[in-house]
Amino acid sequence: MLSHFLQYEFLQNTFYTGLLIGLIGPLLGSFIVVRRLSLIADGLSHVTLAGIAFGLFVEKRFGLLFLTPFYYGTAFSVIGAILIERLRSVYHAFQELAIPIILSAGVGLSVIFISLAEGFNNDLYNYLFGSVSAVSRNDFYGILIIAFIVVSVLIIFYKELFMLSFDEEHAKVSGIHSERIHFLFIVLTALVISASIRIVGVLLVSALMTLPVAASIRIARGFKQTIIYSIVFGEISVIGGLISGYYLEIPPGGTIVMISILILLLTMSGKKLWLNMKRKKAIL
Amino acid sequence: MNVPIVEIKNLSYAYEDKIALNDINLDIHEGAFLGLIGPNGGGKTTLIKLLLGLITPQQGSIRVFGQDIKQFKDANKIGFVSQKSNAFNRGFPATVKEVVATGLTAKVGYFKFFTKKDHQKVIEAIETVGMSEYINQNIGDLSGGQQQRIFIARAIVSDPKLLILDEPTVGIDTEHVQRFYQLLNKLNQENKITLLLVSHDIGTVTKYANGVACLNKVMHFHGGTNEFENISDQQLSQFYGHDLNLVTHHH
Ligand SMILES: Nc1ncnc2c1ncn2[C@@H]1O[C@H](COP(=O)(O)OP(=O)(O)OP(=O)(O)O)[C@@H](O)[C@H]1O
Ligand SMILES: [Mg+2]
Repeated sequence: MLSHFLQYEFLQNTFYTGLLIGLIGPLLGSFIVVRRLSLIADGLSHVTLAGIAFGLFVEKRFGLLFLTPFYYGTAFSVIGAILIERLRSVYHAFQELAIPIILSAGVGLSVIFISLAEGFNNDLYNYLFGSVSAVSRNDFYGILIIAFIVVSVLIIFYKELFMLSFDEEHAKVSGIHSERIHFLFIVLTALVISASIRIVGVLLVSALMTLPVAASIRIARGFKQTIIYSIVFGEISVIGGLISGYYLEIPPGGTIVMISILILLLTMSGKKLWLNMKRKKAIL
Repeated sequence: MNVPIVEIKNLSYAYEDKIALNDINLDIHEGAFLGLIGPNGGGKTTLIKLLLGLITPQQGSIRVFGQDIKQFKDANKIGFVSQKSNAFNRGFPATVKEVVATGLTAKVGYFKFFTKKDHQKVIEAIETVGMSEYINQNIGDLSGGQQQRIFIARAIVSDPKLLILDEPTVGIDTEHVQRFYQLLNKLNQENKITLLLVSHDIGTVTKYANGVACLNKVMHFHGGTNEFENISDQQLSQFYGHDLNLVTHHH
């Protein structure tokens, strides 16, 4: 079944990109989930769409440039992340308000650029739900660099990020530069989203970052284990979803998410069974 | 007893238009075990936030370890157990060990990883609070009192000179409260950690602490436990406003 993926270049790009986002999505997602920031991923994915639409518009108007829409999407995503942080500090008491503001701005801009670019409407479906054939070599290199940055920064700042996630006040009292670390984290989130969007699609990108973690939290002990299981579940979902999506001719966003949900259900019922067994043992 | 490690002079603080602390003076000497008592809203947590540099005083000065609080950078010298410690997200997937290790994060510093020695320290701190058998459990699966002990381990793992505890015994049953105070005593006597403990339990504070400060916007009393025992109940009720019958004093 894998053979096509190793044979055709466009599928190769997709496959390797899939492996990368199956790693960085759940990796960063573990922090996102425990920090209760899942909605930020949704907000940023819509801003990324606006960037992609803008890139397509530029392409249509000015011909092919070196920068593909992916790079415009990345830039928009990062700018969106910075804006979210600004808004969150302005609306200190209503921090979640930043997300609908950014999300609707993203959708609004997307609509405008999509209609300006015309013709892009055919691709829209792919952008919303992902595609197996959308990753170019050029994009793949961009995503590879993103993955490298994300993994290294998370390793280097792991202990600070973990501390900040667990107890922000404690981090501040101890002299951790919590605002700067948080900012770094949000920028990483923006990068991961733009890297993932071609394969899983705008609407489902946050699922890739949260569903594997939701399953992992059920069974893991400690945070490191949570990350490891999340990545395993993420990779299974992405690889399974890409292959089945390709052969069934379904956008991979759908198949990836459904496999993640299946894993989630399995861990939930598995945990229940296991707990029941343990309880019986404890009572005996 | 030489230079006090905490020197508070003429300190006032107001939240917007509401004054929380008015002209406070307080010295804490090395080796002390000071109990800070006072009614709800008396300003105890505010005083602690000021000491930790979370908020800055509008008037007066605070010196810690001989340095003005604004210049003070050596946060590792102060350990802190918050009143809200166990208000954390109970579903957070972190083991006891992982949580206690965060107490070393700032000390180890940026761009560095935990060493074997650091891990050893974490294990020792967990031992000190008597929680070794739970080391690999998720913190959310422990009882409230056990969690509180873990937060003490987190606070002491970096070898602080001063440990500040804001009502750490809320929700702990009486037997464990006694054990908890014995643990504090041990930290004070054996590990030579200076303690500042906020509590509503006057009876127990006077039993274990060697000094008492009574705060209700102004500092009503600050002195040794013996002097404190000589204060009449009536005077104490005045400090508190009125409803003191809730708390036990002389025992
Ligand atoms: N963030 C805040 N904003 C505005 N007012 C505050 C804030 N925090 C505390 N206050 C006010 O300051 C006063 C002192 O509060 P503080 O929390 O220091 O009391 P406390 O002695 O710790 O009380 P408790 O025993 O209930 O913990 C109270 O009147 C409180 O309403
Ligand atoms: Mg308080």
